[in-house]
Amino acid sequence: MAERCAVAGIGQTKHGAKRTDVSMAGLVREAALRALEDAEMTWQDIDAVVIGKAPDMFEGVMMPELYLADALGAAGKPIMRVHTAGSVGGSTAIVASHLVHGGVFERVLTLAYEKQSESEATWALTVRIPFSLPLVAGAGGYFAPTIRQYIQRSGAPDDIGTIVAVKDRQNALRNPYAHLRMEGITAETVKQSPMLWDPLRYLDACPSSDGACAMVLTDEKNAARVKTPAWVLATAMRSEPISFPGRDEVSPRAGRVAAAELYREAGITNPRKEIDVAEVYVPFSWYEPMWMENLGFAPKNEGWKMTAEGATAFDGDMPINPSGGVLSSNPIGASGMIRFAEAAMQVRGQAGEHQVDGAKVALGHAYGGGSQYFAMWVVGSERN
Amino acid sequence: MRDVAVVAFAQSPSVRQDSVHNEVEILTPVIAEAIKRSGIPRKQIGFTCSGSCDYLAGVPFAFVQALDAVGAWPPIRESHVEMDGAWALYEAWVRLQIGDVDSALVYGFGKSSIGDPREISVAQLDPYYLAPLGPDSVSVAAIQARALLESNGHTERDLAEVAARSLRNAKTNPNAQVKGDFEPDELLEAPYDVSPLRSRDCPPISDGAAAVVLVAGDLARKVCERPAWITGNDHRIEAHSLGARDLAKSPSAALAAEKAGVGDGPVDVAELHAPFSHQELILRAAMGLGEEVEINPSGGALAANPIMAAGLIRIGEAASRIMDGSANRVLGHATSGPCLQQNLVCVMEAR
Repeated sequence: MAERCAVAGIGQTKHGAKRTDVSMAGLVREAALRALEDAEMTWQDIDAVVIGKAPDMFEGVMMPELYLADALGAAGKPIMRVHTAGSVGGSTAIVASHLVHGGVFERVLTLAYEKQSESEATWALTVRIPFSLPLVAGAGGYFAPTIRQYIQRSGAPDDIGTIVAVKDRQNALRNPYAHLRMEGITAETVKQSPMLWDPLRYLDACPSSDGACAMVLTDEKNAARVKTPAWVLATAMRSEPISFPGRDEVSPRAGRVAAAELYREAGITNPRKEIDVAEVYVPFSWYEPMWMENLGFAPKNEGWKMTAEGATAFDGDMPINPSGGVLSSNPIGASGMIRFAEAAMQVRGQAGEHQVDGAKVALGHAYGGGSQYFAMWVVGSERN
Repeated sequence: MRDVAVVAFAQSPSVRQDSVHNEVEILTPVIAEAIKRSGIPRKQIGFTCSGSCDYLAGVPFAFVQALDAVGAWPPIRESHVEMDGAWALYEAWVRLQIGDVDSALVYGFGKSSIGDPREISVAQLDPYYLAPLGPDSVSVAAIQARALLESNGHTERDLAEVAARSLRNAKTNPNAQVKGDFEPDELLEAPYDVSPLRSRDCPPISDGAAAVVLVAGDLARKVCERPAWITGNDHRIEAHSLGARDLAKSPSAALAAEKAGVGDGPVDVAELHAPFSHQELILRAAMGLGEEVEINPSGGALAANPIMAAGLIRIGEAASRIMDGSANRVLGHATSGPCLQQNLVCVMEAR
């Protein structure tokens, strides 16, 4: 890539079910100000803003970036709005990184948010138009059959989802920004929660959150002003159509192709060994083992073994979602960027209680639509 | 900056209501035509980016189905902006700067006829302080038109002249929706829609789509006889609140034009995305476009305004003047938000 790009500042809001203490503008500003402070910059230092969020119906504001331009200090600057379904938080960071890699701007503020308490996400996802595929029962209803297909073809034991549901909620207790704080959660708690979409129980599913995440991305020259930049070693985005005969929705080709390009660009030949920690988009517990395979961390049909053996636990050899992941905080449009930002926090050594010791290379991952949009990056503590 | 050019442009005819085709069906032939004209095999296109708006279709993820029109298999490098396709073109232009891919497909689409765009536009305003007042897009634009008329000597006749010229120019544009010979005096006899705007000062409701292929460097020279080389590409926004701005001026358009280098040479043709007649006057002043510049030979947004494609069409129409040899330096402009809040300027040249 032409210019190097680094994460020089990161900020998140406290994620919660209803952030009634702030407007949408207040929410995005909370994250943006923390990112600027972390980067030791002010609004004046920012050349351009790239903002992302999931469908506008989640808040009932059409193209809200127009209204948010003031709150984001964007007057007189370029601002772009990305929307690539659930992967949007990741895609937004990648579009921002392109502005730096392409040498167009030196310091870019990128931000993603969702204020889901303004509306009802499952309703917004269920609207049906004639002659198109209805989602009918929100995201869980859409993904449950795919999960059942995974269980059938991999022979995974029934309790794998439960292990992830408990593990990510326990990790969240180490993360001060996490929405859910479920002290004392056990497998029994998960198994006793109501069945929503077989095999997904209530606690196998992500919450609905208000929250925002922001990053300041800079070129190499400007990265020199921060003590511990995270270097963007590689990015990848891939999309495929939602529905056609023969499509493998359990392990979509778009995800596999994106991961392959990502590792090639980052010079990674053995991802399980060379990546120290990963923040992976797991909105429903069973997606952890599924993505382990799609990302090449485990052979086909064996991703569940990583979960069962504790490899993905906080103290495992491949910690997945030490922040608590999407299962613990899910402002949908921001969820992908939180993955990307948490990966950068790990290699910067700023993850606090959920810091993975010695993390030098980390992966951030997001997916969206009907498992058809993928965005991922690898960040490192050293330049490539 | 890496040399990147528009090498192909295609659009659907804009129509008041296409009740036969859905968005994918409108897009499919447009994308196929743009790719065919580009001479780049579809599978070799390195990046794809689109612009659309969920609120037009009234559903979340309206752009997801559009992938079916692209042929995204094997999976493609792809992104989407909830903005006019002109910003998708900007994102693609940025993507091509990195140097690892050499070509990009850009498209924008919208069926404004599904809902009532005038009413829907209220949802685009500040949800706490402005939207509850319910000002629709024509009312908001009329506030701006009034501000212009009262600030610098422009008259309603100037607006009518913009409208008359636009609709006359549209007669030679097979894709335009509203066209014809009107005298300004005749237009001035029409009743106000929202004073001082009459119906011909306002855009039609349009369904339509457009696609552009961008190619970098030597490949552009190979596939196109006269590529429209992008020499400047910039966009700027200003404050949202109408009360915080001098609505008679467009500082964001002025700044984008300056950054894109509009003033660095003579402009033969400018395609301005001015959905309301008075906005053309504001934009001309902001960008410093004199009488010698030919404005909107296509008829502009007063003749066809498929929301989310209309800005990209301006860039495509301007690029077409380079590609067909009738101009040497052109600009395409796109706008977004109430009262020209956000503006993009793309300057293109023959070499």
